[in-house]
Amino acid sequence: MDTLIEGFSEALLLLIRLDPQVLEIILLSLRVTGSALFLSVIIGVPLGTVMGMVEFPGKKIVTALLYTGMGFPPVVIGLFVFIMFSASGPFGQLGWLFTARAIVVAQTILSLPLVTSFVMTSVMSIDDNLIKQMKSLGASRKQLYWTVIKEARLGAVVAIAAGFGAVISEVGAVMLVGGNIEGKTRVLTTAIMLETRQGNFGLALALGIILLIIAFITNMFIMKFQHREIK
Amino acid sequence: MESSVYSVKNLSKTYDGKEVLNLDEFELHRGEIFGLVGPSGAGKSTFLRLLNFLEKPTGGIIRFNGRKYDREEQPDLETRRRVTTVFQKPALMKSSVWKNVTYPLRIRDIEIDGELENKVDKLISDIGLGDLKYKRADKLSGGEAQRVAVARALVFEPEVLLLDEPTSNLDPTNISIIEEKIERYREKTHKAILFVTHNIFQARRLADRVGLLHKGCLIEVKDRETFFSSPENELTERFLEGDLLHEETC
Repeated sequence: MDTLIEGFSEALLLLIRLDPQVLEIILLSLRVTGSALFLSVIIGVPLGTVMGMVEFPGKKIVTALLYTGMGFPPVVIGLFVFIMFSASGPFGQLGWLFTARAIVVAQTILSLPLVTSFVMTSVMSIDDNLIKQMKSLGASRKQLYWTVIKEARLGAVVAIAAGFGAVISEVGAVMLVGGNIEGKTRVLTTAIMLETRQGNFGLALALGIILLIIAFITNMFIMKFQHREIK
Repeated sequence: MESSVYSVKNLSKTYDGKEVLNLDEFELHRGEIFGLVGPSGAGKSTFLRLLNFLEKPTGGIIRFNGRKYDREEQPDLETRRRVTTVFQKPALMKSSVWKNVTYPLRIRDIEIDGELENKVDKLISDIGLGDLKYKRADKLSGGEAQRVAVARALVFEPEVLLLDEPTSNLDPTNISIIEEKIERYREKTHKAILFVTHNIFQARRLADRVGLLHKGCLIEVKDRETFFSSPENELTERFLEGDLLHEETC
């Protein structure tokens, strides 16, 4: 109980004092998560829309792979990215290993199946009659896709929320490809792990509370959007 | 300019080896209201989908404004945009009545301001939706939703308006509003209208010419008076008497 109280008071102090080291970790976490989520959305939303609307041979297999990707162990993704960007890997010469870029790549791979699957399911739930009607009113293929994305926006928001949840809380892959280097690749989750290992439970808990606050605020925004859309 | 906006020859459509439409000849004239009647499963909706170029025919040709289209050659977007359908079940977007009604204008990159904005406002008011202009369209009642669908189809003044049982399941007030709007649209624009119905009374009220479709075949086409008072075909007589069974071949 003492540790919990200590953690809460330390979190409060860190936030009030705007501790530069903590601030750096928070900003890096947001930057890395934001970039990974942005990439997942710009790839996953169109991909999910096309997969939801177009019938093609092998669609069932691709869908099954996508669903498998949703439950893929992050540490395996981390290992895959590590091999790809290690000195002997195909992208070794980029020198991205143990940089924030490698974390972004791992987190994008982690969240992409989630975003794509949620968008696909959401698009598939759109009434076929609406698609037929839009065609009949003269929508071009591009306009039709855009209308469908807009109609599936609630599902797309859930997709973004799921993707955000997956990447902000991720630690295994981030540790593997980022290496938890202070000032370079240390994010909230890896910092929590480090502080716990070093016995600084108060600080670890404080960082954990900050992580929860970020997740809470983000989800509040999402809920506000959903509420507005459902009304 | 030809008097027929559509001219159809030997049009057929097959789904999974089963022929649902086999139509020898059909013409839709400019400025007319054509009522296509027939029992359920006669192929009426399939015919409309082909005329709206939403599906390709299995065989035969559709001439639209004199230009020939068939299984191989389908019209471009600009041509397709001259025709639209109001379906039996209104499919509306999760946005306001105004946004739904102006959708066809927006996808055609038509700027909605000044005179056009007033015109759209008038259309919405005339169809009894003035107070609902900013209400979410997907939250409306069935009758209101169908009126939005009709307004949305009329807003860009299509050369051909196709209506697939637009008033089935609606109450008499909504039926009357929609029928009046259709008639006024024809009077004002002299565009062609083809509506499908299994309600012979509606065909009698609205159509200039009426045709019976049964088991994919066009049995008889006559002007309204002749069709109802002295039909030539025995199947038409039986349909009007409510005695036409689906099993009977054409």
